[in-house]
Amino acid sequence: MNPSVDALRREFGPLIGRALVSCGDTIVYLDAGRVAEVLRWLKETPGQQYNYLVDVTAVEYRDPERPLEVVYELFSLERRAPLRVKAELAKDRLEIDSVVPIWAGANWLEREVYDMFGVSFRGHPDLRRILMWETYAEGHPLRKDFPLRGRFSRAEQVRQALGANPEAHYSMDELSIADAYHELPEDMRERLARGERGVIPEPQRERGGE
Amino acid sequence: MGVSLGHAAQGPGTQVLSSLSPNWMTTKLDFLVNWARTSSLWPMPFGTACCAIEFMATAASRFDMARFGMERMAFSPRQSDVLICAGRLPFKLAPVIRRIYDQMTQPKWVISMGACASTGGIFDNYAMVQGIDTVVPVDVYVPGCPPRPEGLLYGILLLHKKIRGETVVDGSLRQERPLDQTGLRLPPDVVDELSEPFGNSIHQTRSA
Repeated sequence: MNPSVDALRREFGPLIGRALVSCGDTIVYLDAGRVAEVLRWLKETPGQQYNYLVDVTAVEYRDPERPLEVVYELFSLERRAPLRVKAELAKDRLEIDSVVPIWAGANWLEREVYDMFGVSFRGHPDLRRILMWETYAEGHPLRKDFPLRGRFSRAEQVRQALGANPEAHYSMDELSIADAYHELPEDMRERLARGERGVIPEPQRERGGE
Repeated sequence: MGVSLGHAAQGPGTQVLSSLSPNWMTTKLDFLVNWARTSSLWPMPFGTACCAIEFMATAASRFDMARFGMERMAFSPRQSDVLICAGRLPFKLAPVIRRIYDQMTQPKWVISMGACASTGGIFDNYAMVQGIDTVVPVDVYVPGCPPRPEGLLYGILLLHKKIRGETVVDGSLRQERPLDQTGLRLPPDVVDELSEPFGNSIHQTRSA
């Protein structure tokens, strides 16, 4: 068992849930409401110094009663010590504090968890989809209730994909920077002014009298 | 991408030629034009996965695609003749390959290299286009996972054969066909039918 668990219990008491060792790695469960506070303590306290956030991901179990878990893989580069921290979220309220203010590298990791599982990170500076395109309307693909081939018909999927804007994956920040350097084409400057993230044309069902 | 090409894609010369019936002049012209086209097909590589590794091997010295006139990789769609989609096509890349295809100038052809580009392959899931022919028209499908360089070369030679059979009299060959009002290249039921699961995929239900 990683000694950080005892230190966490002394510091935070009831916020720290159960802890276990799996395959030599210590897993400690936190209260999901105050996860940012505890993680900041783990990063900044001398003797802990978990300064490297390896990954943020999530797990959903097949048992529908079991909550969804958000997993933080921490590593201390100074002490060469890993720690896995988990927070459980009820499936009807998938919200948790963002850790981007603590580790800037969490930005894209949290966007991926949001994209794939639908967890909202409070305080994230730019919470958009990252793997699927931004106008993707079928839901969050790694959830257990998501069908393998998606929710729409293949024709509808192709239609929506072709209607997506290939340039819309740039953040408004990136577009603004390009605009400041006069490197933005005219049509994209217009889109930036409108704040547009890509438009999917509505299907026209006129043909063949359907 | 909403660009209306209409009749502007066909020059006046094409219209005159396509109004002819085949005769001694047009067959000789066909022979010359098709010889020139087959002998200098410039590929536009669209490599997304492991097929692109085999494609690079095909282009490198051992197999040497340049023997068949594909001397130069045209990384600009406007200077290329054949789009080679080497690898799976995610839905997110569908508008990209469509835009590249639209940017290519006529005459243009498409080779779908490998199982995933042709049918979706093992990726029968929410993220993958089930065959690039639902997005762009395809001339030659090269099977394999991935195809060996010999396979791709054979596909290229098949494309040569196809080009040698073309004629200036047939104006429809060089016609641009933009996406229709439904936002698709083909009618929706055809796309659904093309994307039907097959092989081992039929044992998976849509909800599995």
